[in-house]
Amino acid sequence: MNSRSFILAILGFFAYMAVQAFVLKNVVLFGSAFAFLYVIYILIFPLEIKTIPLMLVSFLLGFSIDIFYDSLGMHTASLVLVAFLRKSWLNVHTPTGGFDDNTDPTVLNMGFGWFLTYALPLILVHHLAFFYIDNLGTDLYIPVIMKAVSSAAFTFILGVIVQMLFYKKKRGI
Amino acid sequence: MQRILLFLYSLRVFLIFIGLEVLAIWLIFSYNSPQGAVFFNSSNYFAGSVLQARDGVTGYFTLGAANEALAEKNAELLSRLSVTMQPADSAYLEIDSVLASQYEFRSAKVINNSIRLNQNHITLNKGRKHGVREGMGVFNEQGVVGRVKGVTENFSSVISLLHTELLISSKVKSSSVFGSTKWDGKNTRKAKLLYVPRHVMLSEGDTVVTSGYNAVFPEGIMIGIVDEVTKGAETNYLDITIDLSTEFSRLTYVYLVENPLEEELDSLYQMSGVQNE
Repeated sequence: MNSRSFILAILGFFAYMAVQAFVLKNVVLFGSAFAFLYVIYILIFPLEIKTIPLMLVSFLLGFSIDIFYDSLGMHTASLVLVAFLRKSWLNVHTPTGGFDDNTDPTVLNMGFGWFLTYALPLILVHHLAFFYIDNLGTDLYIPVIMKAVSSAAFTFILGVIVQMLFYKKKRGI
Repeated sequence: MQRILLFLYSLRVFLIFIGLEVLAIWLIFSYNSPQGAVFFNSSNYFAGSVLQARDGVTGYFTLGAANEALAEKNAELLSRLSVTMQPADSAYLEIDSVLASQYEFRSAKVINNSIRLNQNHITLNKGRKHGVREGMGVFNEQGVVGRVKGVTENFSSVISLLHTELLISSKVKSSSVFGSTKWDGKNTRKAKLLYVPRHVMLSEGDTVVTSGYNAVFPEGIMIGIVDEVTKGAETNYLDITIDLSTEFSRLTYVYLVENPLEEELDSLYQMSGVQNE
């Protein structure tokens, strides 16, 4: 990881956190579709990062978002779960010929079809974990699944739009 | 020994994962109970001041509605004042001071609010410096809002009535039957009135107000209106749905109420071994 991508990663951390805490916290479609855009930040983190640093990053990110949501631990637990699963899921999903060096697994670099099958299940895992914890002790299982599925779709669409607008395609050699 | 260490080293990713998850789950359970100790929430200094800066901008969009609500409250207070003003020709007797000053009121502004989760919280722009204490009741001109959970120097965080673990001692105004209001996590405009026995006759449209039993709220603050009464499936209690009178999606200004005698009441309950919900 060179210094430029390191600085970009730190800036991204704060940008995603701020957008989540100040804008997307108030965006809830139809009372059930939440936008947890910060999951995208962990999903498209550069490929060369190892799982342990990634889990630490997601712990920090989840913790800072929890402070603004007054839900200490909930976002943290579900985001660390995503970070843990990412490596194995990427191994399953390696395109033929492997990844290029230093690419980020974004929709621009990898194509829409690949990104859909890569990101959507992980987003769904995160949302199921989050809403399960949020509803712990109640018996609202149907609403949990409704919320998780609709939020996953919303988060995914928003994530793709953000990448189209703010990310650049890595140039081939 | 070396082989055990090597084995553990090969499992390091998984072990760290378990460690972080346990830490997160410990955070969930130790900081999310309604009465839990609070530091890392939106009432801490950094998050509070950032949220207040944001509210400085967004506050302008709701000024109209806030003014209207305050004007309404003022009008109501003025009309009450005119009743209690003593006419000059009547004799005036001092009431016992304990009765006269049982509750103290303060006002605060909502700077952060959520309604869509199952455990919703509100952040206020007043803290310990302004006299806010943990456990104070929060309401606005429409009805009950919640209860203060944590206080820092300048901010406080409130458990919203829309929190599935908050119980508010309440009663039906017309018949004085008492129960507990609790949100069931489904609809932000409805809540349940629990522990009302089956033999009680209730009708739709009855007003539900605070009972004043648990000393957090004074008696008679509006909670909602009975919407539906059915016989509960297996319990001895009625299944009552009430329409909440407070519009949680548009909270701007709220009032805090403190009972200076609450400590005395609490110690009385403890001394005599009474459990209060």
